[in-house]
Amino acid sequence: MLRLYATVAAGGFRRHATYRVATAAGVFTNTVFGLILSYTYIALWDERPQLGGYSMDDALAYVWIGQALITVCGLMGGGFEEELIERIRTGDIAVDLYRPADLQTWWFSANLGRAAYQLLGRGVVPMAVGALAFDFTLPSGPGTWLAFLVAVALGSVVSFAIWYLVAMSAFWLLDGQGVVQVAWLGGLFFSGMLLPLTVFPGALGEVARVLPWASMLQVPADVYLGKYEGGRELAGAYAFQGCWALVLLGAGRAAQAAATRKVVVQGG
Amino acid sequence: MPFIELESLEKTFTIRRRTGLLRRSKREVRAVDGISFGVERGEMVGYIGPNGAGKSTTIKMLTGILTPTGGRLRVAGIDPARDRTRLAQRIGVVFGQRTTLWWDLPLKDSYRLMHRMYRIPDARYAENLARCVELLELGELLDVPVRQLSLGQRMRGDIAAALLHDPDVLYLDEPTIGLDVVSKARVREFLRELNTTNGTTVLLTTHDLTDIEQLCSRVMVIDHGKLMYDGELAGLHAVGESERLLVVDLERELPPIDDVAGARYVRSEGPRQWLAFPATESAAPLVAAVAAKHPLVDLSVREPDIEAVIAKMYGGTRDERRESLT
Repeated sequence: MLRLYATVAAGGFRRHATYRVATAAGVFTNTVFGLILSYTYIALWDERPQLGGYSMDDALAYVWIGQALITVCGLMGGGFEEELIERIRTGDIAVDLYRPADLQTWWFSANLGRAAYQLLGRGVVPMAVGALAFDFTLPSGPGTWLAFLVAVALGSVVSFAIWYLVAMSAFWLLDGQGVVQVAWLGGLFFSGMLLPLTVFPGALGEVARVLPWASMLQVPADVYLGKYEGGRELAGAYAFQGCWALVLLGAGRAAQAAATRKVVVQGG
Repeated sequence: MPFIELESLEKTFTIRRRTGLLRRSKREVRAVDGISFGVERGEMVGYIGPNGAGKSTTIKMLTGILTPTGGRLRVAGIDPARDRTRLAQRIGVVFGQRTTLWWDLPLKDSYRLMHRMYRIPDARYAENLARCVELLELGELLDVPVRQLSLGQRMRGDIAAALLHDPDVLYLDEPTIGLDVVSKARVREFLRELNTTNGTTVLLTTHDLTDIEQLCSRVMVIDHGKLMYDGELAGLHAVGESERLLVVDLERELPPIDDVAGARYVRSEGPRQWLAFPATESAAPLVAAVAAKHPLVDLSVREPDIEAVIAKMYGGTRDERRESLT
């Protein structure tokens, strides 16, 4: 079975790799967006140095990490849920369901391949451009880079779990657009894509920092910036991501089981 | 015991609809309403019916992705809904309007996926793929991304994908829909070959009766979730009360022929008259009777159109309500 899902993941990688122009366009957009956000952050941190416990260099690094992870950690859409929702809406999901494979594991594998491609194709270049244009904080050593990649992988899993749940709603709603938009907006804010979650004061900040979306950008960025001191704190951050991943993947499984039991396979 | 066995199979969908601010009505739709039949190993059966008759619902229950509301269902001794994954190893499914292939990737990538998914032994996989490639003429297409294939090419690609794991049964839902004449012929040729050499049991739904005429010795007609007919294609004529037409050319324009037993006057056009008689009767005595009484110059017999027969069958049940309000 492992070989099957490895093949699915490899397929997910290559599917996205075939669209080179789309990748180039994405890199361009991310870079421009990163520049705009950088100057906004510079203006903000000029006024309020050490906002949210970040130095100016930290804040700029945060911007470019966000740009690099947009597609990898599904900060503005998971990158697969539109396709899955469309398959549910048109009834093509029937084809996926009669296969001797698990639906969630299948899509998980495909998404893993997609995320891996996006990390290389759309993550590295904007990050490098940002590093050349601004003198932002770099990880203290290869160990931090490695720790960062682990956090990114976990964040990507949490993102998959959330967007999979969103897609499952299409089995009941038949049109997932409303849920997608709410999830998009919620994700944009609670992942820390607009501003680091450390910036928000009081209860709002505290709540935002324990919601699953924090796993997708805030936690990886803090790992990168070395905000977790020592192995113990780092393990705590991973545990936070891992717990959300397990809970949400479990919820996705339950939704999938309920959906396939009551399923109305559309059309034909 | 038949290979595929259905016993009073039922599937009811509940449709809830808003009728007011807080009121909702619940409606039950019987998509499959007590169907029983058996299909033996190696049979090739056509499953036909108008849109919404319950064909696809039946197929979905046979593959295990829909759970029956009532009745009993066994395919190769397996209860599909309960043991879907085990059953999947024994069946192949082709939905004409959907594809199992990886849209963005070359055709061969999808086959590699089937190889892993069904855990096909390497030698067997290579052999089956080679045979499908040869018979379905896929050689040049293996490196082409699926999205660039024509509909006919994609369909052949899908059929191959459904057969790489040597399924005992192949379900085909509209396998020739949208295909041109040449592609249709090629698909039919392949299915016939598959059935005779491998003994694969084939169940196909279609709107194209030529598929049935050329492939199936047995046909089942379903409408409103009920089995209306199960038997040879030719037998449909008797059940459908179809009529053949006797076209007679007389010496001159004459009054309608109404004095020949067993024939019914339809219309006339100058010296030519159309008479209808049951498709199950012989034309010979009729011709003799007409010739004895009227100045006959020439004649021809028109066979009934199978589509007309089936349309008549569907029409007969139109009035019955299949949806009951609850």
